[in-house]
Parts: sequence; structure tokens; C-alpha cells
Amino acid sequence: MTYIAKPKFHHPGLPKNDLGFTHRDYEGKISTLCAGCGHDSITASIIEACFELSIEPHRVAKISGIGCSSKTPDYFLGNSHGFNSVHGRMPSVLTGANLANRDLIYLGVSGDGDSASIGFGQFAHSIRRGVNMTYIVENNGVYGLTKGQFSATADRGSKSKKGVTNTDNAIDLVAIALQLGASFVARGFSGDKTQLVPLIAAAIQHKGAAFIDVISPCIAFNNHAGSTKSFDYVREHNDAVNRLDVITGREPISVDYAPGTVQLVEQHDGSRIALRKIDADYDAHDRGGAMTFLQKHAAKGQIVTGLLYVDPESDDLHSHLDTVETPLNTLEAKDLCPGTTALDRINASLR
Amino acid sequence: MPVQSPISSVNDFVVRFANVNGSGSASANEMFARSILRHGVPVSPRNIFPSNIQGLPTWYEVRVTEDGHLGARGGVDMMVAMNPQTWDKDLASIEPGGYLFYDSTKPMPASKFRADITVIGVPLTAITNSTYTDPRQRQLFKNIIYLGALCALLDMDPKLVEQLIGEQYKGKEKLLSSNVHALHLGRDWALQNLKCPLGLRIKKADKVGDRIFIEGNNAAALGAVYGGATVCAWYPITPSSSLADAFTSYCKKLRHDPETGKAKYAIVQGEDELASIGIVIGASWNGARAFTATSGPGISLMTEFIGLSYFAEIPAVIMNVQRAGPSTGMPTRTQQCDIIACAYASHGDTKHVLLLPEDPAEAFEFAAQAFDLAERLQTTIFVMLDLDIGMNHRLCRPLKWDDARQYDRGKVMTAEMLDDGRDFGRYLDVDGDGIPYRTYPGTHPTKGSFFTRGTSRDRYARYSEEGSVYADNMQRLVRKFETAQDMVPRPLQANAAKPTKYGVIYFGSTAPAMDEAIGLLEANGHQLDRLRIRAFPFHSSVASFIADHDFVYVVEQNRDAQLRSLIVNENGIDPVRLVPILHYDGTPITARFIAGAIGDHQDQLKLTPLRKVKS
Repeated sequence: MTYIAKPKFHHPGLPKNDLGFTHRDYEGKISTLCAGCGHDSITASIIEACFELSIEPHRVAKISGIGCSSKTPDYFLGNSHGFNSVHGRMPSVLTGANLANRDLIYLGVSGDGDSASIGFGQFAHSIRRGVNMTYIVENNGVYGLTKGQFSATADRGSKSKKGVTNTDNAIDLVAIALQLGASFVARGFSGDKTQLVPLIAAAIQHKGAAFIDVISPCIAFNNHAGSTKSFDYVREHNDAVNRLDVITGREPISVDYAPGTVQLVEQHDGSRIALRKIDADYDAHDRGGAMTFLQKHAAKGQIVTGLLYVDPESDDLHSHLDTVETPLNTLEAKDLCPGTTALDRINASLR
Repeated sequence: MPVQSPISSVNDFVVRFANVNGSGSASANEMFARSILRHGVPVSPRNIFPSNIQGLPTWYEVRVTEDGHLGARGGVDMMVAMNPQTWDKDLASIEPGGYLFYDSTKPMPASKFRADITVIGVPLTAITNSTYTDPRQRQLFKNIIYLGALCALLDMDPKLVEQLIGEQYKGKEKLLSSNVHALHLGRDWALQNLKCPLGLRIKKADKVGDRIFIEGNNAAALGAVYGGATVCAWYPITPSSSLADAFTSYCKKLRHDPETGKAKYAIVQGEDELASIGIVIGASWNGARAFTATSGPGISLMTEFIGLSYFAEIPAVIMNVQRAGPSTGMPTRTQQCDIIACAYASHGDTKHVLLLPEDPAEAFEFAAQAFDLAERLQTTIFVMLDLDIGMNHRLCRPLKWDDARQYDRGKVMTAEMLDDGRDFGRYLDVDGDGIPYRTYPGTHPTKGSFFTRGTSRDRYARYSEEGSVYADNMQRLVRKFETAQDMVPRPLQANAAKPTKYGVIYFGSTAPAMDEAIGLLEANGHQLDRLRIRAFPFHSSVASFIADHDFVYVVEQNRDAQLRSLIVNENGIDPVRLVPILHYDGTPITARFIAGAIGDHQDQLKLTPLRKVKS
């Protein structure tokens, strides 16, 4: 949380996207998180993804709970409405907001304390309902704001900064999201922006519940030897299943390259991205295969990152409820009130 | 022969049905009540049921009341005793000179009866067993057979009952004819074997008028439809579940786009009460009218979010159908025990608006009005029903709506207003009424966005822990609550026939019993002015009313005199001047109780000189 606004001046030569916005238009206030916090890298990736997708910032609603991660919506998309709700209850607030206006883009930002402990139920139920959202967990395995207690995603056997060994099993939010029917499931690493930005961009464009677990080391309380959520540990144990990019609404850029190799691709804005074609043996459309893949690599101490599962034909909660296309918050008395004629009929039926 | 003369009364008595939960009796019992209504005679029925699906005792009481007294009376003139498990208790509840109706298939010893009542035995099991072979049919039609026998005993017009059966089974000819047949079985047996009619009789009258017969939960749900609610998130809990069910049912009938067939509403059964109120707050933050229905334990779970609604100033509507607490309490019994919990819900300094409807008609009006108030005041509005209103059919005036009525969306700044250069500070008190402007997400590309948070912030929604900034905000919230005083329904006052030094304050479902109690008290020489409170914050007339009387009785259905505490706390009233009259055993309060308690106190006042109260 900060009250420090960023200076408005910027270099006139900053690249612009299709809407004429620069990166600065997607920024928020100055972060008050610890210097080097992985969460700030995620913030930067969200800014980059929204810039690349040429999203109108004010068409995004950013909703969070309570905690370090939940502060971050203040640091991006300054022209968007934000909502710092209560601990662990971001998913229900987002669900309600989404029901009220299906036309906005919903970014839910949460932490491992927020989503894997107090809000575990809300996380689960928002996923199973298929709320159209991008649900990002900034996962550092620790409670930073209260100075270093283990969270429910801390691996068994990992150590706290004080040297205490965690004896509880960890909750793998990715595995849970897969099991609950999320139609887009990915894991990223805050230190790998190249991979993370397209994951976020793809999630935003996905219709339905898109979940991204982002390993984001807490440099104050969980970036030490013995932690399995430290920068060093994740870099050493990261196994990326794929690299991807998402470009829509323009002339397609076509590339042709072999599975398992990396291809540099120039985008419309002049930037270049590296694509790693999905390995031939990894199928991101196989939910069961993704779960098996996760478990196989977890047993080897590997953290699998990338797009683990996507259902390109997915739908969302509004589809399930068969609601009108018009946002519910724009309906007026003439649309909603059945009027006196109907009430007279009801009165007559109650005699 | 009973020693006591049998009760003789036309259109003024109480029949209670004692059944086993799950026996299918509810439909027949309700049909009995409706049949009497069709005779033009008012009824006031009440479900008395256990927190259990099947097997435990359940009662359905019908007060036949030509004078239109809709509160519970107390006592039973005729007991239809269909549950051996509660026989002794049921027998004991019959008024002297009353009647016992029972299944006489198995002979019972004389010791199982009372000498001062009239016993009416009908071999119901024998009749059903000789007519039906299917066990379920035997059970269900036994209920219709006793309904038929009661028609004969109470001199009811069989055509009116058959007409009701016809309406209920319209289009289902097989069910219709079999039910009518069962009705005739019971009626014919009674006419042939019993002395009909009894001293208790139904005589056609014209006392119902255009009134409707509806449960409070049903009416409140309809109020939510008319009030423009588009999002409902709820979690099942007795006694509020039927409210959400009714909302769903009405929406299915009334809220589909005629061209596409799509729903102009969204209803989510949350995973719990926390999620339900979270969904409501998220939807309301985003400009939809949203509500949840719950009861006391649900309120407990929602309090953190209710605090957020108060402090971050987000509209929300909560229909709280109160039941007996604390904790799980008595889930299927009525009380008015969430007054303090709702008025001051959540931690820190909070005050919430409560609406206190007396009957289904007001439940409809207040439910619809709650959405205007929530958006106008940008806060949580509680519609405080209770089980007695919510889950019982009640006669009330027809529901009314003005087609010219527009929804009050409150102070919402639009893109045009922002472009016109209006200064937008989310928590700026621009009008001096404590109510700031808000914007909906997505309003404007560069103006009007803000960050909603439960942490302290300044008038422009910027995070701040400055003490003066926090205090400024909290004071504005007090101003807003004061503004609410003139927006909520005002108390209704009725004065006694003669000038009096005594008054009585009451609210909600106590109203019909109070109306009747006043008559009983007047008959005994006690004059009382009345004030029915319909909302919190209290209108200034509440303090004036108390100031105008030496003593004011405060009648409520809880142990700790919660409304009285709220009046004392909010108005600085000397507690000695407010005499609590408390009923809290889970049954609906009765006129007999109120008149008895107030009458006793009044009698004591006559005996003992008024004690001087030391300041």
C-alpha cells in the first residue's frame, strides 16, 4: 500500500501500443514492497501483458485480499478500479463483481496465505464455478507481513528464516486447480518474465477460470538456504514445459519451427519474443496428463512452469447461469420490475 | 361426559394439528386453513416444527379469528392428535371444555383422556387400510380423511374445500379425484357416526376482504424482485432458505428476456455465508443490486464483510430471518434476538440500518426499499424478519407497487459528470449529508477510478493512517447515519382512547399480538399509547414518545431487551423509564402474554407509589 504517486513525466519516445498507450499508462503507484520482491516482478509482467494486449486500463477491475501480494494491484493499472477486500475473500468479491458486469476484465491477485489457507475454500469454489477471471497467486510460501510464518504452500522439510523446519505437507494450488476443473492452469516464476508475460496475456484472453500460480520468493523471509521458494532454489529446479505468446486482433505472424526448439519472433510493436514450442510429449489439452506430469516432476523435486492445461472451448459462470449479454448493472427498473399488472396477478393467486 | 361444558364458539377458536414430521400432513393442514379463508373467515396459522427432516413431532396451528387477530393466541380449543409420541403434552394443552380428535383404530384406556374435554375418535387407520393398499397412499390420504371429518365436525362447506383441492391438483385428474374421494370418506364417516357439528363451527362471513395470504419470506423475495435485485448469493439456513427459493422461483417466472429467454438475474448458492456476502459486496461495488438471505449464525459469519461494507461504503442488502440463538440455538423457533448483533455488526465502531417489518406486506415494501437505501446510503441494510413472519402464512393487505417508481441509484458519478470537471473524491462529503459520490468500475478512461479498501484512507481514497484523517472519515460516517434517520420508515404512533401516562414500544412480528393485547388491556382499564418502531436509526419521534410518558413498556422477543438497550444507548434515555416486557421461549409472542405482563406491572403501579428515581 502506498500513497506515493509516480511522477507523470516520461520519455516521449516510449513505444505505444494499438491504443496509443505507453507502459506508463499501465503503471500504478510506487511499490512499498521490499526492494527485490518477486511480487514487483509480477506487477511488471502484468503491466507488460496488458500493454501488449492493448487493453484499456479502465476496463480492468483488479481485486485482491489482504497481504503483501494483495497490495500489488495498487502498483499497476492506476486508471483501473481496485478493491483490497478482506483476507482470503477476494474470489467471492470478484465473483460478485463479475456477475454484475460481464464486460470488464477481472484480475484477481492473491497470495499463498490468502488462497491456500484462509481463502482456500473461496479459491476452490471460484475455480469450480468457472468465473471468467485471471486468478494470480503470488506464491512465496511465507507470511511476509507478519514476519515469516510458514504458509500452506511451504514444502514439507523446507526451513524458515529462523531455522524452523516445516513438518506440514504443502498444498499445490496448481494441482488443486486442475482437479477442480480450471480451464486454464499455469505456473510461472517471478524471475522469468519472458515466460510469465505471455502466460498472463493468455490467461486474460481465456474465457473462464484461468489460474496462474507464480513462485515469487520473499526476499525478506524466504530467500535463504533451506527454502524451496528462494530465487536460487527455483532457478535450479525449474522445468518449463513450454513457452508461448498470445497475439490477437491483428494480422497473424506465422513461424514454423520444430518442437522443442526456441524461435525468436518479431511482434507488431517491434519487440521480439522467444517461443519454445511445446515438447512433443507434452499435451496442454490433457488435464489428467498434466496432473500426472506435475506429480512425476514434483517427486523429483522439480517445479514445473509453463502452461500446464488449457481448454480452448471453455465457458464461464455467465454461460452456466444463462444470463443476458447486457451487464446486469446496467439494467433499469423498466427491465427488471414486473410492474403492477404482474403484481395484481400474484395478489389474486394468494387468496 | 366431561364436567366442563364444551366450548361453543363460531369463527373464533384454535385448532392444532399434532403430526409426525415427514408424514405429508403439511399440505392437508394448510388446505384446512385456506378452506376457512374461503368461507370469508380470517385465519392465522403457524408452523411449529422441529429442526429435523423426518420423524420428530411437528405441529400446525390454525387460529380461526373472525375479529382478525393475527397474533398467536395461546391455548388450543381442538387438538387433532396424530402423534402418539406427544400425546400427553398435546392433551395437556387443550383448553378446559375443548376437543380432542384422534385416531380411534386402536382402543385406548380411559386414563389416556381428560374428563373436561370432548373426545372425538375416528378410526382413520382402519378407514385408510380398508380403502388403500399402498403404504404411502395410506399415510397421505389419512391426512385428507381427517380433513374431511373436520369439515363435517366444524360445519364447513364441502364445496369450498373441493374447490381448493381442484385448484391444487389442476390438470392432474387422477390426484384430484382420489383426494376428493378421501375427503368424502372422512366427511361421510363423521356425518354417519358423530354428532355434527360441534360447538366449534365455521360460518360464512365477509371478513377477509381483498387481503392476501402469504409468508413473509415469499413477500420479501418478491420485494427483492420488484426492488431490482439482480444478484442473489446465499447459503442454506433455516429459516431463511425459503426466501432465496422464492426469489429463484419468481425470477424464473418474471425475469427472463422475452426474446432470448436469457436470465436478467444471477443466483449463486455460495459455499458458505462468507462467500455469499462477499459476492453481494462485489456485485454491489460494481453497480448491481445484490442481496443475501440468512439467519443469526450466518450474520455471525458475515460480520467481517459487514464491517467492510460500512467502512468502505459499499451497498449490501441482508435479509435476516431471525431464529432463536445464541449459537445454533433453536433453529426452527422464532425470536427477535439479532437486533444488537446487526445494529453494531463487526469490530470497531459501526452502526447499521435495520428495517423492521411487521408482516408480509411490509416485508415486501421494506425489501424493495432496502435496495434504494443501500445504494443511497452506500452501506449494508438489514431487513429484519423472523421465523414467525418469514415461514408462516399471514393475512395482509395486497402488495402494492407504483409503476412510476424509479430506482434510487444514489450518488453515482458518471463519465459525463467527470468530463464536466466535477471534483471526484470518493469520500468527499460534497453535500454535507455524509454521503459521498462513487463511480462504477469502467466508468472513464482517465478519471474517477479509485481503490476500495478496508484500511483507512483520505477523502480521495488514498491510503492514510493519519489520526485526523481517520477521525474525519469516522465523523462523516456518523453524519451519514444521521442522514439515514429521515430516509428510513418512520415509527407509527397510535394513541389510547383516553390520555395516559403510559406508552408501549414494539416492533416487527409482535405487532398483531400487540394490536390484540391493547384491546385486552383496555378492557381491564389500562390505557396505553403505542409506538411501533420500523427502523434503526431511530427517528426523533422515538425519544419524544418516551419523553411524553412516565413509563414506556418495550415489548420484544429476546432475553436481554436488545431494542431497549439500543434505545437507551442511542438516545441517552434513563433505562428506568423503559420497562422490558420479554418473551423468548421460541414460540411467537401472544396477546395473552403481553396483556398479562403489562397488566401485572400496571396493577403493581397502582399498589405501590411511584418510586422516586435518583438522578
